[in-house]
Formats: sequence, structure tokens, C-alpha cells
Amino acid sequence: MEALIAITIGVLVATSVYLMLARNVLRFIFGLVLISNAANLIIFASGRLTVGAPPLIPVGADGPVGDVANALPQALVLTAIVIGFGLFAFALVLMFRAYSTLGTLYSDDMRIAEPRTEDKT
Amino acid sequence: MNDTATAMHPTGNGLVGLIPVGIALLLFGWFLSLAPAVADGQSLRLVWDWVPSLGIAMSFLVDGLSLTFALLISGIGALVLLYSNTYLAGHPQFARFALFLTSFMLAMLGLVLADNLIGLFVFWELTTITSYLLIGFGHDTTKGRRSALQALFVTGAGALALLAGFILLGFSMGSFELSEILAQADVLKAHEMYLPILILILAGTFTKSAQFPFHFWLPNAMAAPTPVSAFLHSATMVKAGVYLMARMHPGMSGTDVWFWTLTIAGAFTAVFASILALRQTDLKQALAYTTLMALGTLTLFLGQTSGYAMTAFATFLVVHSLYKAALFLVVGCIDHSTGTREADVLGGLGRAMPVTAFAAGLAALSMAGFPPFLGFIGKELKYAGILAIGSEPFLFAAALLTANALMFAVAGIVALRPFWQRTGVALPRKPHEAPWPMLAGPVILAVLGALFGVYPDLLQVALVDPTVKSLLGSIEDAKELKLWAGVNMPLFMSIVTVALGAVLYLGHKRLRPALGRLVDAAPQFDNGWDKFLLALKSFAAWQTQIIQPGILRRYIFATFATVLVALGGTMIARQAMPTWPDLTDVTFQNIALVVLISAGAILTALTSSRIAAMAALGVVGIGVAMIFIVFSAPDVAITQLLVETLIVVLVAVALLRLPVLDENGRDHRPLDAILAGAIGLSVTLVLLAVLETPLDLRLTEYFEVTSWPEAFGRNIVNVILVDFRALDTFGEIAVVVIAALSAYALLRTTHPRKDP
Amino acid sequence: MNSIILRVGTRYLCGLLVLFSLYMLIRGHNEPGGGFIGGLIGSTGFVLFALACGTADARNALKIMPQNIAMGGLGIALLAGIFAAFFGDALFTGQWLFINETPDDKGIPISTVLFFDIGVYLVVFGSILSIVFAMEEEI
Repeated sequence: MEALIAITIGVLVATSVYLMLARNVLRFIFGLVLISNAANLIIFASGRLTVGAPPLIPVGADGPVGDVANALPQALVLTAIVIGFGLFAFALVLMFRAYSTLGTLYSDDMRIAEPRTEDKT
Repeated sequence: MNDTATAMHPTGNGLVGLIPVGIALLLFGWFLSLAPAVADGQSLRLVWDWVPSLGIAMSFLVDGLSLTFALLISGIGALVLLYSNTYLAGHPQFARFALFLTSFMLAMLGLVLADNLIGLFVFWELTTITSYLLIGFGHDTTKGRRSALQALFVTGAGALALLAGFILLGFSMGSFELSEILAQADVLKAHEMYLPILILILAGTFTKSAQFPFHFWLPNAMAAPTPVSAFLHSATMVKAGVYLMARMHPGMSGTDVWFWTLTIAGAFTAVFASILALRQTDLKQALAYTTLMALGTLTLFLGQTSGYAMTAFATFLVVHSLYKAALFLVVGCIDHSTGTREADVLGGLGRAMPVTAFAAGLAALSMAGFPPFLGFIGKELKYAGILAIGSEPFLFAAALLTANALMFAVAGIVALRPFWQRTGVALPRKPHEAPWPMLAGPVILAVLGALFGVYPDLLQVALVDPTVKSLLGSIEDAKELKLWAGVNMPLFMSIVTVALGAVLYLGHKRLRPALGRLVDAAPQFDNGWDKFLLALKSFAAWQTQIIQPGILRRYIFATFATVLVALGGTMIARQAMPTWPDLTDVTFQNIALVVLISAGAILTALTSSRIAAMAALGVVGIGVAMIFIVFSAPDVAITQLLVETLIVVLVAVALLRLPVLDENGRDHRPLDAILAGAIGLSVTLVLLAVLETPLDLRLTEYFEVTSWPEAFGRNIVNVILVDFRALDTFGEIAVVVIAALSAYALLRTTHPRKDP
Repeated sequence: MNSIILRVGTRYLCGLLVLFSLYMLIRGHNEPGGGFIGGLIGSTGFVLFALACGTADARNALKIMPQNIAMGGLGIALLAGIFAAFFGDALFTGQWLFINETPDDKGIPISTVLFFDIGVYLVVFGSILSIVFAMEEEI
């Protein structure tokens, strides 16, 4: 099953790279969301996958009963999701501000910091 | 050409001018007090730990060689500082000047005393930087800035090579202590890294000591005020390279590479520079070229290993420092007094400036090599030393003789003509004698040259013998300094030198045009330097155009291409391709999930509808959340679902005010698609390879065992977050706060420009 | 968004979601839940509120500025971490107090870990709301 997840991750990474290379920065942000998902899945899958056994300790026991899912990657992914959201929100706001200031969503036309030396696109 | 000489103010600059002189004098006194012990063959070592983990210490060694240099530096330093106090009296930036010059002197002392390669290098660079500041003291002129930068670049580039050489040397020999390295010379010479080390170190010393083909910066450095030239370009900075070669001499000399490189470079520089010197009409420039000649000669002798050569080296080192500093200071006096340094204009100053003329005369006689001056002894030893060369002694002797004869002529031009020849040309100012602080330097230095000539034993015991001992290891090889060594080959050569020199002096005006044509025909290194800088600039502009076109997508493309090369390249290089994975445990449910996620992702990438993209993004997020649910991660799944909801809300809000995706028509980007596909494929392969390696579960098991008994929590994921790894979580929530505040600030504090 | 039913309904939904989020927060140590999830649920409630009734109403209902809530949460989490230093433990070591403890039952546990989780809750809650409110107002 991990192999199937690996293929899914490949698809996610490929589409997000394609999106991030787009001229329109809104697409870049879509790519950012997808690549965060891919990264979370990578961490999750490298900790191996277990079906139907969450890492919980039943009442009365001192430790988990039987084989439970790996708790460590879950903890890492949980915070990563929230931080990924923070990053996404900031990027979105930045893009929005860029649009309202520069009047374009096309990164090729955002040339305030590095103005064109010659007039070619 | 008139530099920063100011009008006459015999008073000086008060304390700012006198404190540096005091520092220099104190140091000179201290070094002088060490001289008797060093003359007895002792050496003094001081060590402070600096970076013990790397074996780097601030260690200093006072032996014959370093003491000779230290005495020259501090002694001439004191005189030059006293001199410049008057020379630049009332100059608005005198305090800066004094600071630079004093720092330079201290750095130079550190350089010659350091016994640790890294320590030596640090001082080496300090001299580079301070000399850059000193050469560029007249930074309000283009020429001053150019000269300073040129000196900085040439010597700085050499210093980089030197650092590489030092590090190689340190690791090859297992120690950064010079004295330890030099103690095992045989190991060093037989070491496989000997040649690279030698080349790198010589690159540093040749640039610093302005050996051909790096000579061009030194004459340009004459843009500095005259006291600086007297100090840096006679006794100290340019001799740092010579010092280092002498310091490395016991460990590295004696091989063919060492011999031929130093001998040929030295001889060529000496002849080449003395021809150029004769051509100059500016007194300071003429002196600059004779300095090059002297550096060439010193390098030439360091190529040898005979006792004569070493004695000649030690003696000429002192002789040259004395007379050259004196003459530079004399030129400064002339400039200060008359407002010009042009040899063709100056004349008849002897009556108006008798003391200056006296000092100039003494120094020039020493330079020309007349008995009973020290210069004569130095010249005799040089000839004796050159005749002791193993191969081609006569060729090198002829080269040296030519150089000496030319130097004789230059001595006449610089020190005789301005004072005693009538020119009939009006001077810019009426000449007058320089004040005493400016005369002290030249007079003391010139008189010392004569004194040591009459009593050579003094110099022999105090400086020459210990220096030779540092170089060769024993004092026996040092040859005796004497004025009369009998009728021999060196004496004969001296007579030829004087005769030839006299002819050259008398005919130098007629020779000049011919020399000019000769030199113009040769490649112009100074112009070459400009061309090199221009080429460097246009190369930088060109590569910036390529690498940084200012188009964000290209940067991102380059970044991802690098990622692809790193990932895929590593996989191929390590031959870590995964085997075909086992897909037997795949259920229909799993396949449905994967297809859902992939379809959502592909739709997001390809659609040009904003609403479709948003919905597809949501599908991907929910699909990922379902993976978390299926594979036993309830906490993660809930988080993912909630975050996904919020993302859709935010995008929806933002889309209200954003234009459609493809304003300028749809974009098909096949190249990007290929790169994206390749990265996706390599990520999958890497992950498959990772999944084949065994998983270390110790940490997870620790958390499972201790979660309830020690942390009183049944949800292991939450216990990890808020207890086991609470510090990490704290960092993460801090990041969330920062992101939120930044986004908030971005939205609130800037006011959008409404017109696009 | 001018439907009265939606606006009235959202008010109650918001209250329920906040209540539910607190429940998720408290039970988080033993069951799925915790500060991150609780904060997300709680903020979702107010995001709905803001979408339905406008941010002005939502801000009124919240009383405190969301940025202050986030900073306050960070402060609580930090204090909970530093608290361990008074007992000679390393920073961020959990300190526990069990009320009515018997050998069989731990009683009611009060711990710095709980306060840390409350800090996380407030940070997530406040951060998300400050972004969403600001975006809705500016756009």
C-alpha cells in the first residue's frame, strides 16, 4: 500500500511543480497547497501505514494493545498541517497585496525590485 | 603629481602625532633589548591559545630573521611617523592617517613575529587592508582610488592563494606551528603536496613583493603620501613577501623548483625594473622601480642556499631598507619644499637645503655602492653570492651587474642632480630647508648606512649572523662583512659597475627616448589590468543577465531543476533504484482514494476556471484527509479536514477581487511539464527506495511505553505534541502567530494603489 | 448573505462549535482532539459567523482582538513551559497535580500540559481569526 501512496505523492509533486512554474501567481499558491499535502503524505508514509489501529491507549492498560500506528509521524504531520496553513495564508495575503498594488497577477510583470534592463519579455 | 603635502607648519599635530611615535619607539627599544640574547643564538617564543580545537594558537617567535625585520619596521616606523607628523601637519584627516599607519606597523610586526600559519595569515591580510587604506588616503582623486584598489586586488588575490597554501601545508604536516613544520624540512620536501603548497605560497609572496608579472601595482601605489611610500614600499609591506620566502627557506629551499622559480623571477624583475627606473622623470616613481629591483635581487638570493647568498640577502635587506627609506623621505622633503618631484625641473637645491642634500648624498652613495658605505659591502657580497650559484652563475652575475649599474645611475638622478645641477627652470616654490622632524629620518638612516659601512662588525653580530642562522640553521656559514676583501672577482665587478653606471648616468637623458620605445613595445601590464577589470565586469553583467534575468519563473525553474539533478542524480549515482513494489495488499478502496487525489491534483493543474481549481483543491485535501482516516490517524485527519475548509474559505474570499486565471490566453508549457513529471517520478522513486530500508522504531516505542505511566495521557500523538516535544510545538505555534501577524500587517498597514 | 435564517442559525452554530471545540481541547490528552484541533474548530465557528453576519458583528461577539488572543495563547504556553523551572526540571517538563487521588483513580488531573494545550488552542484560534477577519474586511 505504501507503494500506491508513493505514486500518489509523485502525482501531487508533479502537478504542484507544474503549478508553481506558472506565470499566474494564484496558480503558484495552488501549487503551494498541493506540495504541502505531498510533503505531509511523505512524512506519514515513511513512518509506515497501519490500518484500523490509532495510537491510543485503552483505559486500564499501561501501553497500546497490539500493533498500533506509528504516533511520531502523526505528531509531526499535525503541526506541519497547521504551519502549512499559516504559510498558505501569508502567501495568499502577499499575493493579494501584490495584485492590488501592482495591478497584475503575472510574475513576469512584477518588476519593481529588478526592473528590465532591456524591453523584452 | 603633488600629493597631500601641506604648507609649512613646523608645530605638528599635537598628541595625535606624537603618541604613535612613542609607541613605535617603545617597541623599537623592546626589540633592541632582545637583540643581545638573539645574537647569542637564543630565540623567544610566546604562545596564547586562540582556536585550540583547530590547533590554531597566537604564537610568536623572535629569532634572528624576525628580529631583523621587527627592528627595521619599528625603527623606520618611528622615524616615518615623526616625519609625517610634520609632513602632514594640519591636515584635516591626520588622525586617520596616524591610525592607519600605526595599525599597519603593528600588523606588520605581527606578521614577522607570528609563528602560526593562521596567525601569520591574519596579520598578512591586516597589512593588505591597512595598506589599501593608506594608498587610498588621497581618495578624492580617481588615480588614488584606482591605485588603492589595484593594490588591494592583486595582493588580496595572492593572499587567498596563500591561505589555501597554508591550509594545505598545515594539514599535510599535521601542525600549524611554523617552527614545528620547518623542523621537519625533509618530510615537507618529499611530501606529495610540496609542489601545490609551493605554488600557492609563492603566488602570495610574489604578489605581495611585486615580482614580475605582478609588479605593476607597486609604482601605482606611489599615489600614497610620501611617508607611506617610504615606509610601505621600502622597508615593510613589499618585504612581507620576501620575509615569508625567507621564513619558508629552511623548509622548502634546495629543490629545483624553488631554485629556478625564485632565481629567474628575481633576476628578471631586477633587470626589468631597473631599466624602467632609468626612464622615470618623477623621483618617486624612479625610487619605486629601484625598490622593485631590490625585491627582485632579494628573491634571487633566497633562491640559493649558499652561505654567501644568505649573508648577501641579510646584508642587502638592511642596506636597502636604510637607504631607500632615507631617499623616499628626502624626495618628500624636496616635494614639500619646492612643490615638484620632476627630475628635469629640479636643480641647485644644495645651497638652500644643505642638510637634506647631505642625507641624500650619503644615502645615494650607499645605494650606488661606494666604499666605505654599507652599500659597498652589500654589493661585494651580492657579487660573491651570485658567483656561488650552482648553475649559470655568469648569466645571473651579468644580470645583477646590469641592474646594479642602472641603480648607480638612478642614485645619481635622484640624489645628485636635484641638489647640484643647474637647470635654469623656475621652481613652483622658492626652496627652503625642511624642519628638523623631517630631517631626522633621512639623516639618521643615511648616517647609519655609513656607520655600518665603517664598522661592519656591529651589523654582523647583531643582525646578519642571527638572520643567517635562522635561514641556514648554523652561524658558521655566515660570511664576514668587510670593506676590503682583497683583489678578487667581486671587486673587479664593482669597478665595472661603477664605470658602466657613470656612463649610464651621464647619458640617461639621451637613453630615455630609446628606453621609452623599448618599454612601449613590451606588453603593458597596467593597461592589461584595466582590460582585465573591464572583462571581469562585462562577464559579471553577462552572467547576471543569464542567471538573474529578474523573471521569477526562471529562478523557480532553476531551483527545481537543481532539485531534480540532486534527487535523480543521487539515485543513479548510488544505484539505489527500488525494486518493483509489492501491490498485493491494495484494496479497491485504496485505489479509489488514489484516483480521487490524482484526478483532483491534475484538474487543479490544468483547469483555467478558478472555481474548478478551488473545488479540485478541496477534493485533494479531503482525499488526503481520508488517507489519514484509513491509516489510523484520527487527529491528523480532523486537522486536515478543518484546515482544508479554511483554505477553501480564504481562497473563495480572495477570489472575489482577483481576475480570471488566464487573462492572456491559456498557457501550455511543455518544458515545465517535462520537468514537473521528472521531479514527480524521482520523488516517487526516492520514496519507494526509502520504504525499502528498515524503520527505526525506538523513539516511537519509547513514546508508547511512557505515554501513560509517565505523562498520564492516552492519546500518544497529543502527548508527544504537548509534553514530550513541547518545546518544538512552542516554536511551531510561535511561527503560526508570526505568520498571522505578518499577514495582518500586510493587509492593514499598506494602502493599496487603486490605479493599476 | 442576507438570509435571516442563515444569520440566526449561524449564531447558534457558532456557539455550538465553540463549545464543541472546548470539549475537543479538554479530552485531547486521552482521545483524539487537543489544542490544534480545538482551535481549528473554534475558529471555524467564528469564520462562519463572520461570513454570515459580517466581521463587525463577529468582532463584537468575540470582544477581544484575535491578535491579542493569539499573543495571549503564546504567553500562556510559554509560562506553562517555564513553570517547570521552579521545580528544578528542564523547561517544558510537565508538572502534574492530582485532586482527590486514590490508588485506583487519578482523580481530577491539573497539569501544566493542559495549560500548554490551552495556549496552543488560543494561538491557533487567534491566528486564524486575525487573518480571516482582516481578509474579509480588506477585500
